[in-house]
Amino acid sequence: MSPTSAPSRDRDGGAAPTGRKAGRGGAVRRHPFARFLVRRIVTALLLALGITLVTFILTNLVPGDPAAANLGQRAIGDPAIVAQWRADHGLDKPLPQQYLMHLSGLLQGDFGQSQQSHRPVADDLAEFVPATLELAGAAILISLVAGVGFGVVAALRRDRLSDHILRVTSLFGISVPTFWLALVAFYVFFYRLQIAPGSGRIDPGMTPPPHVTGLYTVDAALSGQWDVFASAAGHLATPALVLALYTIGLLTRFTRSAVLEVLGQDYVRAARAKGLPGRVILFRYVLRPALVPIITVAGLAFGSLLSGTVLVEAIFAWPGVGQYAYKSATSLDLPAVMGVGLVVGVVYLVINLVVDVLYGVIDPRVRLS
Amino acid sequence: MSERDERAARDGVLAVEGLTVAIHGKEILRGVDLTLEPGRVHGLAGESGSGKTMTGLAVLGLLPHGARVSGRIELAGQDLLTLPPKRLNAVRGAEVAMVFQDPATSLHPMLSVGRQLTEHMRHHLRLGRGEARERAIDLMRQVRIPGPEEAIDRYPHQFSGGMRQRIAIAVALACSPKVLIADEPTTALDVTVQAGILRLLRGLCDDLGLAVLLVTHDLGVMSAVADEVSVMKDGLVVETGPRGQVLREPRHAYTRALLDSLPENAGNAVSAAAETSGTEPSGVEPA
Repeated sequence: MSPTSAPSRDRDGGAAPTGRKAGRGGAVRRHPFARFLVRRIVTALLLALGITLVTFILTNLVPGDPAAANLGQRAIGDPAIVAQWRADHGLDKPLPQQYLMHLSGLLQGDFGQSQQSHRPVADDLAEFVPATLELAGAAILISLVAGVGFGVVAALRRDRLSDHILRVTSLFGISVPTFWLALVAFYVFFYRLQIAPGSGRIDPGMTPPPHVTGLYTVDAALSGQWDVFASAAGHLATPALVLALYTIGLLTRFTRSAVLEVLGQDYVRAARAKGLPGRVILFRYVLRPALVPIITVAGLAFGSLLSGTVLVEAIFAWPGVGQYAYKSATSLDLPAVMGVGLVVGVVYLVINLVVDVLYGVIDPRVRLS
Repeated sequence: MSERDERAARDGVLAVEGLTVAIHGKEILRGVDLTLEPGRVHGLAGESGSGKTMTGLAVLGLLPHGARVSGRIELAGQDLLTLPPKRLNAVRGAEVAMVFQDPATSLHPMLSVGRQLTEHMRHHLRLGRGEARERAIDLMRQVRIPGPEEAIDRYPHQFSGGMRQRIAIAVALACSPKVLIADEPTTALDVTVQAGILRLLRGLCDDLGLAVLLVTHDLGVMSAVADEVSVMKDGLVVETGPRGQVLREPRHAYTRALLDSLPENAGNAVSAAAETSGTEPSGVEPA
């Protein structure tokens, strides 16, 4: 038999009863996908546990004494105060015990107390994480739309002028350092052209929209405050574009090569031979298979976006988790650093989970095997 | 011969006249003439690179980018080569359909078999979802896929190679085309399933009155099912005629060379098959 055929029991057309079971009951047919999902979620949870351990260990390996970083000059000189401070923060206990305390705290949503802001780390994160997610989310949306769009155009117009222009531009996007681009964009759009609003998430003097998601644009739209929405979107646009430029370039190049590869497939020629309209061939026969490598890259790119936000946030004074992480790390604010590490790690996990699930949605061979 | 020429002129559904194709300045076809008749299988033989596949692709306007074409491809009074893209698209799949060499790659791996059977029916014939599905199940029955009601919701990777090629044939037949171009339809399949596919093609040709262009390098396949045989070499048809005549009394030196290049017993099987009018693919069965 053909070596390419699936090692399925009901090959050769499936007159076998297994084929009937698979075809009729939707629940039974979807069963493998449910199992696939559960497996991925359990893996993600285990990895999340691993992340807590790794962040904990790494944070404790940092050479430096948090007491020294947080107590004043005179207090440092007094061993009694230092001991008291360490006891207050649980730092006098053995490390495994500290980890268990840390873990049980996490389960109750207690990320500890920030030594810098003197607030619960959970509160700090709730304030700063949505700002970063809004920025990175907007950037990845822009990247997907522009990058995939440009990539498709470049592939369809291969070796013509538009292809060459897009290829050179995408190379520029990949090569330019984000911090430099952020400075230039700030100078040009804000200072020179005066078309971009200044720093921050919203115009000064404007009240942020009622908190639902923490994303100002979404919250403003939900509450129907369109003036606030316009302001938030205006503030978001420049940093998001700056952040997106790298991923746009990356996705343009990957999409171009993915689409070119699919265009050479037999089933695309077969679709043409069937006389299907061009847009059906483009979306159903070319773009859908090409999406598999594209979402892989997009998932990875989201990770690089998150690290890119640190610089962009600093330049645009965007009150996000990047700035918070920077301040916490330089002042050895261990609970805050661990909290940021955990959140960023979990965001990575969620993105990977989403990418895995999308593989299954796009390709039945993933879902059914 | 003259009687056959008259018949061709009267009944030919698809006539290729003086077809030339050049890709990036290189001449691939140098004036190909072919006539397909309803209910007849026209075999197109020749070694690889002789232009067989290009001839098939040219009919549907599927030549690679940068190909320059001239000549005429006439279908129902219209020249397919000069047809505007939109009108040509209405011919593709609906009037002229194609089956490709490797069903493992010519079916979309991510779309269900039912989707691939119905999408062009719904587009060309403007059928509703349910109607198209009914017809798809009928088609699968026609190409002898077991359990079509269940099989329709499955994906290509869940079928064997032979079954996939049957599905590809069903896809090609969906809009009741007049002409079917089969490009090496058994080459990628195991020898054991080749005979079944050839028998199916022959039967469909007889039952539906299809005009079939069977492109193959395999003279055994050719002798099993073709009514007419054309032999191609270097972009030209060097010999054409009824199967028995071409395979038994080849007039062109190249055809003779092709026949001589077959292993001893296979060569005998071909000429034996050429003498009988049966449709059994003797050439592909073990001697």
